[in-house]
Amino acid sequence: MGKHLTINGKKVEFTDERNLLEVVRKENIELPTFCYHSELSIHGACRLCMVEVAGKGIMSACSTPPEPDMDIKTNTEHLIEMRKITIELLLASHDRECTMCAKSESCKLQYLARRLGIEEVRFKSVPCKNSKDISTYALIRDNGKCVLCGDCVRFCDEIQSIGALGFIGRGSRSKICPAFERDLESSECVYCGQCSRVCPTGAILPKPEFREVWKALSDEKKKVIIAIAPAVRAALGEVFGIAEENGTELAGKIVTALRSMGFAKVFDISFTADMTIVEEANEFLGRLEKNDDMPMFTSCCPAWVRFVEQYYPDFIKNLSSCRSPQGMYGSIARRIMPEVLGIPKEELVVVSVMPCTAKKYEARRTELAKDGVIDIDYVITTQELALMIEEAGLHFADLEASAFDMPLGFKTGGGIIFGTSGGVTEAVLRNVMNTNGDEAEEFNFVRGENGVREAKLKVGSKELKLAIVHGLKNARKVLRDIRADEKRYDFVEVMACPGGCVGGAGQPVYSDLAVRKRRSKVLYENDKTMELHKPQDNPYVQKMYKDYLEKSGSKKAHEYLHTSYKYRKRFKETLEISKSSLDKVVNVEVCVGTNCLKKGSKKILKRVADGNKFNDAVNVQALICLERCSKGPTVKINGETFEHCTPDSVEDTVKEELKK
Amino acid sequence: MTSNYDKFASVCRILEENNFDKSKLIPILQSVQEEYRYLSEEVMSFISSSLDMSPAIVYGVATFYAHFALKPKGKNIIKICNGTACHVKKSTVIIDAIRKKLGLKENENTTKDMLFTIETVACLGACGLAPVVVINDNVYGQITTEKIAALIDEMTGAR
Repeated sequence: MGKHLTINGKKVEFTDERNLLEVVRKENIELPTFCYHSELSIHGACRLCMVEVAGKGIMSACSTPPEPDMDIKTNTEHLIEMRKITIELLLASHDRECTMCAKSESCKLQYLARRLGIEEVRFKSVPCKNSKDISTYALIRDNGKCVLCGDCVRFCDEIQSIGALGFIGRGSRSKICPAFERDLESSECVYCGQCSRVCPTGAILPKPEFREVWKALSDEKKKVIIAIAPAVRAALGEVFGIAEENGTELAGKIVTALRSMGFAKVFDISFTADMTIVEEANEFLGRLEKNDDMPMFTSCCPAWVRFVEQYYPDFIKNLSSCRSPQGMYGSIARRIMPEVLGIPKEELVVVSVMPCTAKKYEARRTELAKDGVIDIDYVITTQELALMIEEAGLHFADLEASAFDMPLGFKTGGGIIFGTSGGVTEAVLRNVMNTNGDEAEEFNFVRGENGVREAKLKVGSKELKLAIVHGLKNARKVLRDIRADEKRYDFVEVMACPGGCVGGAGQPVYSDLAVRKRRSKVLYENDKTMELHKPQDNPYVQKMYKDYLEKSGSKKAHEYLHTSYKYRKRFKETLEISKSSLDKVVNVEVCVGTNCLKKGSKKILKRVADGNKFNDAVNVQALICLERCSKGPTVKINGETFEHCTPDSVEDTVKEELKK
Repeated sequence: MTSNYDKFASVCRILEENNFDKSKLIPILQSVQEEYRYLSEEVMSFISSSLDMSPAIVYGVATFYAHFALKPKGKNIIKICNGTACHVKKSTVIIDAIRKKLGLKENENTTKDMLFTIETVACLGACGLAPVVVINDNVYGQITTEKIAALIDEMTGAR
């Protein structure tokens, strides 16, 4: 016999629902919410899901567990009025230039204002100061549009374990900002952009670049080439009401649309995804044989790469040195295509369409530039592509499909499934297992939704252990397990966004997890329609190697298809311990990161801070951190870093420096 | 050459005494503030690194409570009560007089020479003495613009 409660006079059964909101929604009553997100913890801040509970009064449904015999009402006059007031108060402090907001039509505040019948704002409008943060390539933050629901704060903290954003201040003065109210670029943000996906309003948005693309297209002296990422074809149809099972037709329509906009060539990032696999599988087999820098981590997700660079410098060597498919597309497009296509280098403009905000940042990584010139000029998102199609006035649904341009338009199924969590691993297996005589083309055991999936399989005499991870908090756990020797893997795939690229922040905004699952399915179905499934079978990839890159892993291949990574300091602050007034001084910087502190860097500080020992000729700073956590305590003396330091060794070195 | 080593060592000691426990962030910040008189970005970064939490959370807590000061305070702290009773007794006139006397611009609470910081407080519980001013830990009741000017002169003279 189940438990029952009453909703609006109707007896309703409930079982293990976590809160009243879930029970009410199960009854097909859509209580309005801002801060309730099924993926996140319960916050109870927006006060829109209020219900009247008999005997208890007004309560927020999201934070109230259901109890037997509760009698609740969801739509009394009192509740309606209170919800209206809440929305009106939010509107009073909102930058209401809705017509010019990119979130218009998909904005939850706009939707709720309309749904709750707001006809006027009875409160004085508080002017919203222009507070846009455009510091990053990936995102724009605008606190003038923030409703303080905290979805971004919780996603960044709970799912990505980063916490780049936080609530600052209190009461009417509270706002959401990175630490010390700095801009996003100075924070620990890795640009995954999931904050913009969960933001109900236009307070956080992917930073658009499509205006520049239009400009390039209208420049007669320029030839603009473009390539679309695998995940784009799985989601763009949502904007135009096209639900296709396998994305093939949709990809064809995108090609037609892009051609009619004036792009000189339309390529497919799945081609370079095939190349990535060939290159990465070769790298993996090499490392496996030599047992070098294992496990190997995938490097196609720029947010994950930045995460490692920022938080786990000791694991940087584990990242595959292969460029991401976008990175490979960039270098081939910029350095090889002018010759292939007969387009003069200076006329070429290279564009990519990505499901991702971090890819905008990736394109500008100096490690991917050659002689200071970046390969990819503009990175637009799936959302931006939809806007461009609308702006061009194309009836997208009615467009005929056409084929991608060659050579960067041919792909195997392996390059297609790249766009979903588990796809990279499966594509690598299709290559690696094939090299070992296995003809298998589908590896279903790496597919799925769990945040951390493990698999084992035999390759020759060895047993491979794989992990497929999505969400950076899950990645952090896996890295900690590896570091603590609690887990041993050979290959780890990580994608920062839940679900992989299909769930990226550049995709049309979704909140229903079924949408993401459907997108993954589209890619797997698309794979089935392909003639070839193993990346190494791609004849155009083979030709590209033959004509320009010799073979996988060659010096040429390294020049074009690989990259490097570096430690990125999270904390820029240093604590001044002592400062000399003399002109000629020795600068001593002592690492006080957690590891070095545990290993005794405090004693070193004490010794060098004692000015008398050094005739007051030292400047001493404590900093976080010098990245060599396993070799601490580390100290930097006049720019040179010393490992495994002791107070005596540092004193000796400083004294020697003073003699110079 | 002056050394801040002792202060830094105290922060380390405070963290150790609290077992690097994230849930003790508030007492940690309180103790650290006693040491440094305010919470600098550098110190908050160090605390967040040591507690393995994001600096945005530490900063969020520090900005939530009025108790925490994020800017260095002057040597002398003048608290002016602006609670109901003091307000009625024209404490705002006193505030303006002090600001003028110290040459503080709008949004400035600390003098450039770091000698004075002024703070307004909601109620000091000494309403019978309104308007009330507390300089460092001494309470001055029924204050007038003349009296406060004299007090400030006395302090600057005694520097």
